[in-house]
Amino acid sequence: MATLLNRRDRWLNLTGIAGLIVVSIGLYMAFAYAPTDRVQGHAQRIFYVHVPMAWLAYLAYGVLFVGAVGYLWKKDMKWDRLARSSAELGFLFTTLVLITGALWGRPIWGTWWQWEARLTTTLVLWFIYLGYFMLRSYAGDRERAARHSAVLGLIGAIDIPIIHQSVEWWRTLHPEPVVLNTGGPNLPDSMLYTVLVTFVGFTILYAYLVGMKYRVEAARDEITEREMTRMFTTSSETASPSTSPQRISPASGGMED
Amino acid sequence: MNRIGALIWKDVLIEARSRQFIGAMLAFTLIVIVTLNFAFDLIREQRETNGAGALWIAILFAGLIGIGRSIAVERDRGTLDGLILSPIEGGSLFLGKFGAALLSIIVVEAIALPVFAALYDLPALDPLVIGIVLAGSIGLAALGTLFSAVTSGIRSREVLLPLLLFPLLIPILIAAVRATANVFEGDRDGTLRWINLMLGFDAIFIVLSYLGFGFLIED
Amino acid sequence: MVVQMELISKRYGRQAALRSVDFSGDAGTVVALLGANGAGKTTLLRIIATLTQQDRGRYHAFGVEAWPRRRSIRARLGYVGHRPFVYPELTCAENLHFFARLFELDDAVLVVDRALQHAGLADRAERPAISLSRGLLQRLDLARATLHNPGLLVLDEPDTGLDVAGRDLLRQLMRERAETGALVIFTSHALDFAIEASNRIVTLVNGEVAADEPSAAVTLSGLEATIHGLREAVSVA
Repeated sequence: MATLLNRRDRWLNLTGIAGLIVVSIGLYMAFAYAPTDRVQGHAQRIFYVHVPMAWLAYLAYGVLFVGAVGYLWKKDMKWDRLARSSAELGFLFTTLVLITGALWGRPIWGTWWQWEARLTTTLVLWFIYLGYFMLRSYAGDRERAARHSAVLGLIGAIDIPIIHQSVEWWRTLHPEPVVLNTGGPNLPDSMLYTVLVTFVGFTILYAYLVGMKYRVEAARDEITEREMTRMFTTSSETASPSTSPQRISPASGGMED
Repeated sequence: MNRIGALIWKDVLIEARSRQFIGAMLAFTLIVIVTLNFAFDLIREQRETNGAGALWIAILFAGLIGIGRSIAVERDRGTLDGLILSPIEGGSLFLGKFGAALLSIIVVEAIALPVFAALYDLPALDPLVIGIVLAGSIGLAALGTLFSAVTSGIRSREVLLPLLLFPLLIPILIAAVRATANVFEGDRDGTLRWINLMLGFDAIFIVLSYLGFGFLIED
Repeated sequence: MVVQMELISKRYGRQAALRSVDFSGDAGTVVALLGANGAGKTTLLRIIATLTQQDRGRYHAFGVEAWPRRRSIRARLGYVGHRPFVYPELTCAENLHFFARLFELDDAVLVVDRALQHAGLADRAERPAISLSRGLLQRLDLARATLHNPGLLVLDEPDTGLDVAGRDLLRQLMRERAETGALVIFTSHALDFAIEASNRIVTLVNGEVAADEPSAAVTLSGLEATIHGLREAVSVA
């Protein structure tokens, strides 16, 4: 058991180191290798961070969704741990993508914010994450928090594409403010390579952080579990601690119906 | 089916005698409609768009204070355990509460729409508008009932409920406001895609709520 | 065995409500569950009634694991809690009718009529439940809980608010249910009533079973010593 944990730890640490290295290379490329954009100037370089963040904001929600479905199906806390670990990072990345987007938008669009479809959907995603955490903190009981937030996570996952669709239609049917059509699919190769590297680097970093967060959450769950065992020790057992009987594990069984 | 019918019948009887929900929702809807007039100046230009927005803000808030409390009220009365202990499955319980919620908001709208039409001189009684209102209300009632169950056991549910519900209802709000504004502006063809969007939303979230409700009501 | 529980534990927050409780009950018995406030009676009843899931331990009812199979168990379970499952705006008959339909009983009209008769509420059938006194409301709730002939009847302080006649009716109802093959479990703070109405008395102290004996072997003073004496001993320690 101990060696297994150690091996898992080693893999996790290697992932973290790999993520840091690739991200460093990517950032170096962003400043030293990629050319300065002719139209946007240096402001364009935020794109190398912004795009991976946006991807991770949604990837993290995808992992949350997997955790939520897994929990509702299997009733195993490890799925909930995965969901809550990913949710925390997803919230962080969503916040960062909104901030980097605003920092870029100010010099390029001349405004911090545009009610553009992708931005608006990401803002709504941020609120869904926020609701997810508030629900978890209010729900009290650990098991109930897991169950209720899983349902919210699932509903949100189905809703996000619909939200995006409705926002897109809403914008296209409205007079669009004059926006520079930036980027486009035909990037110079050097820009493309740079964004690919940061993309991979941040994704590895995300995997590492989810793994770390999962470990913290697992430790927290175990503390609760041990507290519970101590709490349930009966007065007769405290009188003679040597004869503590075999505990029966938590009641199994699904909640489906 | 019989059980779902019994649930709806029970809520309708209670509502017919106490009028606690419909009364509150109706009063609230009317005051929102009147108050938003001062905020948007609905008499002048752009009143079609602003009027549609005002109408839907009113409906949304009515749903929040009415439908959003439908499970909490059962819990507060102590009768939720009675429903849980009946051999009814979570999905049927959802359909029963959803049906009753939908009926109550339709009653509110049936009174509020003519008032709105008269106060703002907009064709709110157009059959197409009525259809849009119905399509929007179904989605509102479905998610409202679901999140009523999520928040019913939580003390600060007044804060949490809109925080959870409003982001998820954005497609309904956008579609309903755009479609209603289209009718007010005389563009009837433009409403079609919005109505389709709402009906799709309704179908998806009725099914999901039906499947998910059982996970929420037992603690 | 209708109910079989092993090492049941339950906590609320940082407070343990039940600690390793073993309890089982057979058809045809009336079990009184006694204890001071906070001893864990209601928690145990809620677990038996499948309203709450235990944190630890095993619970089987009607021979199957209770929580995963709770829907089938609920069809055979009657429960009266601290607050009646009664809608004040509905009449007595409408209330019972609603639950008869939820349980999909045949001959609902007949069943409801008989239940009202039995509870002594026939003349109030068409009155709204809000007009009933506490005692009559309790009778209505008892009628509601037994409408579907449950094989397991769980009653949390069913004697509150009842007058002498009401208590006699309750005692009689519990005995009848036991005779027709049900297990009846109730809590009460009226020790004399509990001794009289039950076959067996289980006493909880601080979330643990302190005593489990036939009602005939129990004396009022002995019972009080178990409930309160032990509690003081524990709180001093």
